[in-house]
Amino acid sequence: MTPVATTFFFYFLSAIAVVSALLVITRRNPIHSALALIFTLLSVGGLYLMLYAPFVFGVQIILYAGGIVVLFLFVIMLINLEVVQKEEQLNRMWVPGVAAAAGLFGLLIFVFVRGRAVFPQTFQKLPEESNTQQIGEWLYSFAPNTPHPTYILPFEIASLLLLVAIVGAVVMAKKRIS
Amino acid sequence: MGEISTLHYLVVAACLFIIGTVGVLTRRNVIIVLMSIELILNAVNLNLVAFSRLHGLHGQVFSIFIVADAAAEAAVGLGIIIAFFRNRETMNVDEVDLLKW
Repeated sequence: MTPVATTFFFYFLSAIAVVSALLVITRRNPIHSALALIFTLLSVGGLYLMLYAPFVFGVQIILYAGGIVVLFLFVIMLINLEVVQKEEQLNRMWVPGVAAAAGLFGLLIFVFVRGRAVFPQTFQKLPEESNTQQIGEWLYSFAPNTPHPTYILPFEIASLLLLVAIVGAVVMAKKRIS
Repeated sequence: MGEISTLHYLVVAACLFIIGTVGVLTRRNVIIVLMSIELILNAVNLNLVAFSRLHGLHGQVFSIFIVADAAAEAAVGLGIIIAFFRNRETMNVDEVDLLKW
């Protein structure tokens, strides 16, 4: 199998991801931000594909780019204020905020540079074809003595969380009934 | 230059995380703050998937749970934004002080 994970594609996708992430936080118009967010999500999805994670790639496209961003766009269209775009865009504490984030970035890069030897250079070859099947088995299997880990309980809790979130969103967004 | 190492992915994820943090800490528009939170969650997901190449599929399963969490968080957050907008006719984070007295 010829590897998809070529060096060029990695730098290409990560450049798109980082540049459009910068666009997300710098645009005045939230719709432009949402469109840039789609580009970031798609290129991060491409990085998942390079990491041999096709199922996570599909989830990323369907749920993030197809679901969450559309939800954002709906809300922006519902309550888009022209006034907000003409106001000051940064809040009062933006200097300490940027300083703290820069400090965190420096710390992360320091850790990566110092701990470079910790990360092994050889990779476990994940079988790309059975990857999705294996995730499904881990998520759904219920038998007590399976040889692989089971994630059925967290899976059910996640579905409960989504139910609570749906109810919460409806309660929050509905008109007040007095 | 051979295979891209895990460290490369970690650096990209760190960049996305920091950009998201800067967005959360500096912008006043609530919707853009929520989008920055999505950026942060994506950076964490990228880290998990990059490590799952080293340690088996646990990272990918976890990243699916994180995506479910992100969906729940976006739904509730946008509901709160709509409720807040009904009360105050604004979208500034600085003016979100309904719980203060």
